[in-house]
Amino acid sequence: MVDTMIDGWNLVIGIEIHAQVKSNSKLFSSSPTDFGSNPNSQVSLIDAAMPGMLPVINSFCIEQAVRSGIGLNAKINEKSIFDRKNYFYQDLPQGYQISQYKDPIVGEGYIDIETEDGKKRIEIERLHLEQDAGKSLHDQDPNYTFVDLNRSGIALMEIVSKPDMNSPEEAVNYVKKIRSILRYLDTCDGNMEQGSLRADVNVSVNKVGEELGIRCEIKNLNSFKHINSAIIYEANRQIKLIESGGRVDQETRLYDINSNETRSMRSKEDAHDYRYFPDPDLLPLVLDKEWIETIKKNIPELPDKKKERFIRDYSLSDYDAEVIVSDKATSEYYEIVVNGRTPKLVTTWVTGELFSVLNKKNISIQDSPISSEMMGELIDNIENGKISNRLAKDVFEDMCETGKNPNKIIQEKGLSQINDEGEIERLVDEVLNNNPDNIEKYKNGKTKLLGFFVGEVMKLSKGKANPSTLNKLLKKKLDN
Amino acid sequence: MTENLSIKQASDLLKSKHISSKELIQTYLKKIKAGKELNCFNFISEETALLDATKSDERRASNSLKGDFDGIPIGVKDLFCTQGILTTASSKILSNFIPNYESTVTMNCKESGLISLGKLNCDEFAMGSTNKTSYFGPVKNPWRPKDSKIDLVPGGSSGGSAAAVAADLCIASLGTDTGGSIRQPASFTGTVGLKPSYGRVSRWGIVAFASSLDQAGPITKTVDDAAIMLDIISGHDKKDSTSSIKEKENYSKNINSNVKGMKIGFPKEFMSDDLPKSTLKAWEECKDLLKSNGAEIINISLPHTMSALPTYYIIAPAEASSNLARYDGVRYGLREKGNDLIDMYERTRSEGFGDEVKRRILIGTYVLSSGYYDAYYLKAQKVRSLIKDDFNKAFEKVDAILTPSTPSTAFEIANEPNDPVQNYFNDIFTVPVNLAGIPGISLPFANDEKNLPIGLQLITNSFEEQKLLNIAKNIEETVQYQAVPEKWWTQ
Repeated sequence: MVDTMIDGWNLVIGIEIHAQVKSNSKLFSSSPTDFGSNPNSQVSLIDAAMPGMLPVINSFCIEQAVRSGIGLNAKINEKSIFDRKNYFYQDLPQGYQISQYKDPIVGEGYIDIETEDGKKRIEIERLHLEQDAGKSLHDQDPNYTFVDLNRSGIALMEIVSKPDMNSPEEAVNYVKKIRSILRYLDTCDGNMEQGSLRADVNVSVNKVGEELGIRCEIKNLNSFKHINSAIIYEANRQIKLIESGGRVDQETRLYDINSNETRSMRSKEDAHDYRYFPDPDLLPLVLDKEWIETIKKNIPELPDKKKERFIRDYSLSDYDAEVIVSDKATSEYYEIVVNGRTPKLVTTWVTGELFSVLNKKNISIQDSPISSEMMGELIDNIENGKISNRLAKDVFEDMCETGKNPNKIIQEKGLSQINDEGEIERLVDEVLNNNPDNIEKYKNGKTKLLGFFVGEVMKLSKGKANPSTLNKLLKKKLDN
Repeated sequence: MTENLSIKQASDLLKSKHISSKELIQTYLKKIKAGKELNCFNFISEETALLDATKSDERRASNSLKGDFDGIPIGVKDLFCTQGILTTASSKILSNFIPNYESTVTMNCKESGLISLGKLNCDEFAMGSTNKTSYFGPVKNPWRPKDSKIDLVPGGSSGGSAAAVAADLCIASLGTDTGGSIRQPASFTGTVGLKPSYGRVSRWGIVAFASSLDQAGPITKTVDDAAIMLDIISGHDKKDSTSSIKEKENYSKNINSNVKGMKIGFPKEFMSDDLPKSTLKAWEECKDLLKSNGAEIINISLPHTMSALPTYYIIAPAEASSNLARYDGVRYGLREKGNDLIDMYERTRSEGFGDEVKRRILIGTYVLSSGYYDAYYLKAQKVRSLIKDDFNKAFEKVDAILTPSTPSTAFEIANEPNDPVQNYFNDIFTVPVNLAGIPGISLPFANDEKNLPIGLQLITNSFEEQKLLNIAKNIEETVQYQAVPEKWWTQ
């Protein structure tokens, strides 16, 4: 932040997240919602806005929105209204989007995010339900635009924050945290590359101590990297503009991922008049208090609570706990492995070796070549002294490559640690007999050579000698 | 034997094997052809009707009828989507549209064995009171003034539905009523037109005009037939969120004509010196008739009646402007080529919609626009609830309300006023009923001095269709109105 911004300026960011509701069918029709299906293969008469078709609310989507609202510590409105947002576009079959305007299903709430200065609370304005539009394909034909209505009518939750963020990092952490919460709740899969979660970011700048600046909205950012770069570009653009005597116009802008710039899409004057009005095809949505309470009771443990628990139960550092709980699947993986094992060892292996493999392969923990069971088995072998930490790394590598389980690898390669003192002593004696010069040097004060002897014995044992036994025996013999 | 049959009579003829369904359908197809000049039908489904009739006769032979009314021919307003059959809403923009689905109402009819003879002409997208806004030209009212060859409007928007029943081109028909579109044409053609309570009949598969007001209903020759049709078409439909879960009654079974002790409201706001003398006279006579049959007449007030029309002409166009946005040339219906998307939209919609539809889309777009929303749409919604309150209060005192159906009888096609607002006055007595979401029925009571039918309107509280039909039947039985138009079109 500091090196990308100019001193004396204040950055203000508000974010609207569009999160696709995890549901088998659409918000107002029974069409499936699978990603990547053939174009126009998931389109009902309602989604295509055929004459006389009427929307019927999918109650599961309502439940998902309520669940999300509870996860965002927000007020659930017992009465909400679906409105029509009217505009013409080829991929909007009805000529209006059914959305919620004045009376959203979820009201004010908040989440806490991590910042350099500790925890920061970001207020949430509202969460409302709306239909997604179809997709326009402009690159299929030189003369025509093609329309795919598979997305048309899919339920989205629009989550609107207050302008509470003041740096690109905070903005990214906010979106990460929302995604994490929704994934914990299982109300949105959060797959940004598939468009299940996208962000519109409002950015304004003002001189410190002065009133808020005019904001620009950057539409449709679908990765953390883009959110970060778009904000940096946009903030700098606005500052330069003001410093050179210009004025920021309220407008909607698009972020160009190739040039890493934001471009004007439409000005406030060109903004649509959406002519919102309550959809007369749908009655006001009235929720039963008890029903809301039942959902509340069944809300799973969310990341903040889980983090507290992990710190408490597994003595994790704040940092490690944050890293582990921020992803639901990772936290579940961790809990399976840590069960009955030493937390510190498990943490080192999960956040160290495992993460480095996942990062290298650019895959998520769900696709990890090492299952939690295999990881547990490996750690068991370390804990009960069957293999050393050092050998365990080789076994781990082997596991990644072959997918074999650790016991099998240890057995096949004969990697079991040598714990028998007599056997280790024989090896030690052999090394000492072969290196009288070095013994001399050691005895004359070059005690660093202990490492050399350890290494030699290890080499001889093919790495299998129990290190502590080896150390003990060596020292005893050398220091005599 | 087959002149001016009611559903009941036709059912008896079929039952007694005096006629087969196929013969009945053939007879009516002939009548439709003879009545071509009336322009009632947008599309005649001759082949499917005959096929359906054969199947019905087979069911009758094998004792597997779908019900008492299996094999009876009806007409369907061209606003109901019918599977495999052209559905145009009498608009150019849908003039090539064949749905692959069947509206709930027409599906209910099919499942009862009723046979559709075809699609009936109407005002474009049900917007109009004369049937002159149809892309397929105006329907002619089967009635003509005494000793005259002047063509009259049948009313609208269900003009084809009303005229076809009046001219006996079908035994009964389906219409829709957003502001009077069943009752006003029924009044103009001497037929019975029933608009059920909002939510009584599913709107699924009916081309939408104004969603919070639209309701399908029958146009028939008798009150009994209206009850039969309501039995067939009504009920909850989970595909329409606004359809009521309230159990429907067995209207035709439970119908009786007893009005003893009933309180009938007579709203003073409907009284006007502008009403034709014959209409006033009919209204008074009906009042006396009910009184002598044992009902009590109570003067009531519906103070916001005069605000109903302006309220309606804000709410209905607002909803229409949004409902008609889907006719954009992208997926179905007419598409006019354009240089780009916007150009295509503009050409398609300019070419595809008629003047009245465009007018209402413009009004609706205007009243929903930011800066005007509060002054028009929101205010209209508030007035709407006042109008509803008026009725609620009235129904604390009375069982039903009696009014004229229309401020005049049928007028000349050529004499339609140029000022659209003048035209909107046709709906002045019917619109409050739609705004309140309550049921209303128009039934013929007498003919005026030009020998044209006068309709009276009965109104009850929500879901009190049984009571409505009972009172209507009492009037029908007492007055014995039997006038039928001379069949000048067959000569």
